[in-house]
Amino acid sequence: MITSDTFEPVLLEAAGIDDGHTIESYRSRGGYAPLEKLLSEKQPPEVVEMVKSSGLRGRGGAGFMTGLKWTFLPKDHPGPIYLCVNADESEPGTFNNRILMEDDPHQVLEGTIISAYATRASTAYIYLRYEYPKSWDILQKAIDEAYAAGFLGENIKGSGFSLDIYLHRGAAAYICGEETGLIESLEGKRAWPRIKPPFPAIEGVFRKPTVVNNIETMACVAQIARRGVDWFRSIGIPADPNNPRDPGSYGPKLYCLSGHVEKPGCYEAPLGITARELIDRFGGGVWKGRRAKAVIPGGISMGLMTEDELDTPLDFSGPGTVGCLGLGTAAVVVVDETVSIVDFLHNSCRFFAHESCGQCTPCREGTSWSLRMLERIRAGKGRLRDLDLLAEIGDTMGMMPGSTICGLADGAAWPIKNSIAKFRDEFEDYIKQTNPTGYMETDPVPALPIVTTH
Amino acid sequence: MIANRKVLTEDMLARIEALASRYPTKQALTLPALHVVHDELRHVPLDAVVEIAELLDLAPAEVQDTLTFYQFFYQDKPHGKVRAFVCRSISCALRGGEQVLDHLCEKAGIKPGETTADGNITIEPAECLGACDFAPCMLAGNDLHKDLTPEKADAFLESVGRQNG
Ligand SMILES: Cc1cc2nc3c(=O)[nH]c(=O)nc-3n(C[C@H](O)[C@H](O)[C@H](O)COP(=O)(O)O)c2cc1C
Ligand code: SF4
Ligand code: FES
Repeated sequence: MITSDTFEPVLLEAAGIDDGHTIESYRSRGGYAPLEKLLSEKQPPEVVEMVKSSGLRGRGGAGFMTGLKWTFLPKDHPGPIYLCVNADESEPGTFNNRILMEDDPHQVLEGTIISAYATRASTAYIYLRYEYPKSWDILQKAIDEAYAAGFLGENIKGSGFSLDIYLHRGAAAYICGEETGLIESLEGKRAWPRIKPPFPAIEGVFRKPTVVNNIETMACVAQIARRGVDWFRSIGIPADPNNPRDPGSYGPKLYCLSGHVEKPGCYEAPLGITARELIDRFGGGVWKGRRAKAVIPGGISMGLMTEDELDTPLDFSGPGTVGCLGLGTAAVVVVDETVSIVDFLHNSCRFFAHESCGQCTPCREGTSWSLRMLERIRAGKGRLRDLDLLAEIGDTMGMMPGSTICGLADGAAWPIKNSIAKFRDEFEDYIKQTNPTGYMETDPVPALPIVTTH
Repeated sequence: MIANRKVLTEDMLARIEALASRYPTKQALTLPALHVVHDELRHVPLDAVVEIAELLDLAPAEVQDTLTFYQFFYQDKPHGKVRAFVCRSISCALRGGEQVLDHLCEKAGIKPGETTADGNITIEPAECLGACDFAPCMLAGNDLHKDLTPEKADAFLESVGRQNG
């Protein structure tokens, strides 16, 4: 196995190279040759098989097996089939898609073209969040270059395969990253996630079979085509032989490191590096010589690890072993010892109250009431009972308890659940100190004047 | 084609229609069309909604429904000449993002979400801008302002004032 000591970055290979975003640079590094070879030598099902056997799992947050997802498309469908590349990247703490698009857009495009070939998609939309104007310009230029070089358009390199890639601009809404929210948004509607099934593979955008994949997943596909399945499987954490349901965590991963570290940034490492190694080795340690109080393992939706839990491997199953939701986007945010956990949770609750699309009652009400409770606690009117109420909200909204349409509510619930379970003492002290006469109150209390979340 | 066209210019129509072949439905042009108008007018007045609906064979309510879902779009009046999104999400908040937002607003004499009286600038709180490596940060127009401090925020406001003098 390649370890984090012997590992050389591949997804970030272009970082620091002048003009790394141009097609000349990409080709000089071996890019697009794998695509040409694959188009002439492999049939689409063989490409699906290649990705399946690599063990690649989606990098957008859910970690679903990419090759397996592609096999859910109907066989012999008359078309069209669509590929939607998810570049909505809005999970707090996450910026790896931006780096990939800006530093090495052709790697993303080559992966997209290969994925479209494998899935027989004839159109790919890259749904790009509004806040990435630079990515937009660089990606559009790269698309133009790829058309000019014959890697896009009709009959690519004489293979008979044709593909168009279009950029589609979002409008600043987190929920457009949820795959069926993205689809609705692309269709020109409000981004209300759809009830599944049917899954997008059966009925997606424009009611046609659709694959949704993340930008980093596309880059991984390009690297698998270039370096092979064995290479990919030599990196990461192998499947647990004692657990037949564990597909393992293979390949390189982009970890975004931010918050209270000396050197925030996007770092590439084998899947399974620990948060501690990431922080110390790449991030230059917790800033100002302080100690970490808590660390978000993969975007705020994933919850919190304590300092004691920092040796947890950040692979797809690691964060779950310490009560977090999962690896998510592998965006690691360090919170130092000076931060009040009450402030942390307030920030998280405000985000989700703002971003809930409002379709499902538990999510719409749960996110907004959790925020109102935290506003009240911070205003010195908290009661110990509020902690039980918050925990109840955390336990009852989401797809896990089965009360909502999409995973946003689980993402809202986890920071609440983890914060209260892991830092209950601090909440209690805060409430007792700030509300010495009323903290034992259990009767209903009026909410403070409604806070605006926008 | 559009009866009594008041808002959509020939140029806007051409820009919207140039995208039509990308999508199998006309409705998919809703967001691109809203962006075309918003980019130019800094808001999408109701008349434009009616005209976009007519162009795309939709009911005005369908376009309006989409528009209002995305808080991004202004409708009643334009946002300022510069629209600044100041991140308040976790990585920025941990490094003073909310203080920068307050500082900017105080200096500009407005509350978060408002536009200055001279119409030069709108300052809005934003959720994670995907630039947490540069926290605290702000997106103003197409420019990402990185590692903000009160001093950098002051310099930014001054430059906005100079440009729009
Ligand atoms: C609320 C919510 C927001 C999401 N945001 C994103 C996002 O910004 N980018 C992304 O790739 N996936 C996001 N996802 C996951 C997508 O639904 C989907 O699983 C993913 O795009 C599939 O691609 P992958 O298999 O390549 O990871 C989000 C999911 C939820 C529930
Ligand atoms: S869980 Fe929340 S964000 Fe997701 S569909 Fe329901 S209300 Fe919308
Ligand atoms: S939290 Fe501010 S850019 Fe991500």
